[in-house]
Amino acid sequence: MKNSWIIAKRDLNSFFNSPIFYVITTVFLTIYSYIFINILSFFSMQSMQSGQFQQMGIALNINEMVIEPSFQNMAVILLLIIPIITMRSFSEEKKSKTFRLLLSSPIHLKEIVLGKFFACMIVVMVMVLLSSYSLGFIFMIAEPDIGPVLTGYLGVLLMAGCYVSIGVFASSLTENQIVAAVITFGFSLFMWVIGWGAQSADSSTGQVLQYLSIIEHLDRFLKGIIETSDLAYYLTFIILGLFLCHRVLDSNRWR
Amino acid sequence: MIEVENLTRYYGTRRAINNLSFQIEKGEVVGFLGPNGAGKSTTMNIISCILSASSGSVKINGFDTFEQSLEIRKVIGYLPETPPLYPDMVVTDYLNFSAGIRGVDAKKTTTAVQRVLEKCSLKDVGHRIIGRLSKGYQQRVGLAQAMVHDPEILILDEPTIGLDPIQIIEIRKLIQELAAEHTIILSSHILPEITQICKRVIIINEGEIAAVDSLGGLTASLRKSERLSLTVRNSEGNVLEELKKLDQVISTTKGEDNQYFIECKLRSNLQDDIAKLALTNQWGIVELKPVSMTLEDIFLKLTLEEKGAAA
Repeated sequence: MKNSWIIAKRDLNSFFNSPIFYVITTVFLTIYSYIFINILSFFSMQSMQSGQFQQMGIALNINEMVIEPSFQNMAVILLLIIPIITMRSFSEEKKSKTFRLLLSSPIHLKEIVLGKFFACMIVVMVMVLLSSYSLGFIFMIAEPDIGPVLTGYLGVLLMAGCYVSIGVFASSLTENQIVAAVITFGFSLFMWVIGWGAQSADSSTGQVLQYLSIIEHLDRFLKGIIETSDLAYYLTFIILGLFLCHRVLDSNRWR
Repeated sequence: MIEVENLTRYYGTRRAINNLSFQIEKGEVVGFLGPNGAGKSTTMNIISCILSASSGSVKINGFDTFEQSLEIRKVIGYLPETPPLYPDMVVTDYLNFSAGIRGVDAKKTTTAVQRVLEKCSLKDVGHRIIGRLSKGYQQRVGLAQAMVHDPEILILDEPTIGLDPIQIIEIRKLIQELAAEHTIILSSHILPEITQICKRVIIINEGEIAAVDSLGGLTASLRKSERLSLTVRNSEGNVLEELKKLDQVISTTKGEDNQYFIECKLRSNLQDDIAKLALTNQWGIVELKPVSMTLEDIFLKLTLEEKGAAA
């Protein structure tokens, strides 16, 4: 574990010393904020309208109408941005031949894989943390439920963990960062839309497809429900990605 | 200390090394010599546990590279052909990181890094970014990385490649200093380098060992004849003809100016006879000396002979 942290620390240093992190974070925060402001202004318009027609008796829920869509949008933006964070992990090390330094050191391969995963996860967490100003703002002006907010963050981070795990795996496949990013994005997007097939498939296949969809499991987290099947899905996904990554790197010794 | 047995490695269907076996004792400085693509790097990668062998085994201090690679990686410092440097890192940070993953105790890291900075004369550039250093300094950082955990064995893959002559001399001097405390395996396709640093040479050609011996031994075993060089002041007499008349002379050739080469049978000690001849004919000896075969000659001879045999 100590070795994983040494590797993660080096990766983080190189992230924070390179423009990539700042560019990505700026793009992420700009898009997120723009959408957030739009959601918020739409909500305030609606609440004004419902104030005028009190007899209609519509209760507007800020959790459902602002926070939940914000998380959903964050999930979309992360889908676009995480491949760029993870693409360097192993591809760069392989290309610049620095991977041999790690391989010839007395550390386990799994420690290296975990180190890379943690480094990318921490970068994602920093970005998500920076975006939380928006919810802080809502807490200042309104009284939303804190529960769904916390489970929402948990769900988004777990989902991001799946993307990162795909990304780390993809970058172990190739020396080319662009290829790694494209594989990550393509596969993540596929895992997102796989549930759409449920509508045209028969009910049992449909259920399976729906369960496989990465976004399907986020909904309950956003509503404040932590279900074991959702947790199991995300954790299995993450572990499977890292396991495949480990196998690919291990097999490199033989090729 | 290092025992390599029947080591074979395939890349796909291409065989990179075939049935290599050799041993290296503690404290030895051994040179791997071979043309590009001979299998030097592959062998070194297998010894450093980066690659696995297709068959055969490598044992270091009794540990197997396949089954107990972690133990082996603790005692090995490896400098690959391309130094594994992160161009965006500061030299000391990089060395701290290397020390960390090489298992140097956190409390001892600072001293360890200071030690290698000093040894590799990197003190002045410790705070600089690796990517902006000259190639020579980068190579030294690579070397510093390999020895930061004070390993018993240093494996250096072409440590002087791409450096200018002054840098080559510096690196060579550094390796010679290190030879006192470490077992060193060094690879090169530059022959004089090996002659200067290594006591023993393993010549690899097309994945197979062409020769393992000390430099002196190699020269001796390969020579079927001895060579003398004679330089004289005046060559008006028929020097070549006169020399040929001597017993045990196989052939004579004329070099530049008044230099003559005499190929004679082994241990014939012709110097006295030649000197007498020169005196009686009044050639005026300037120089008379045995010509020892350079590593270059051995190398060419071995690698070419092999090819000849195959064809």
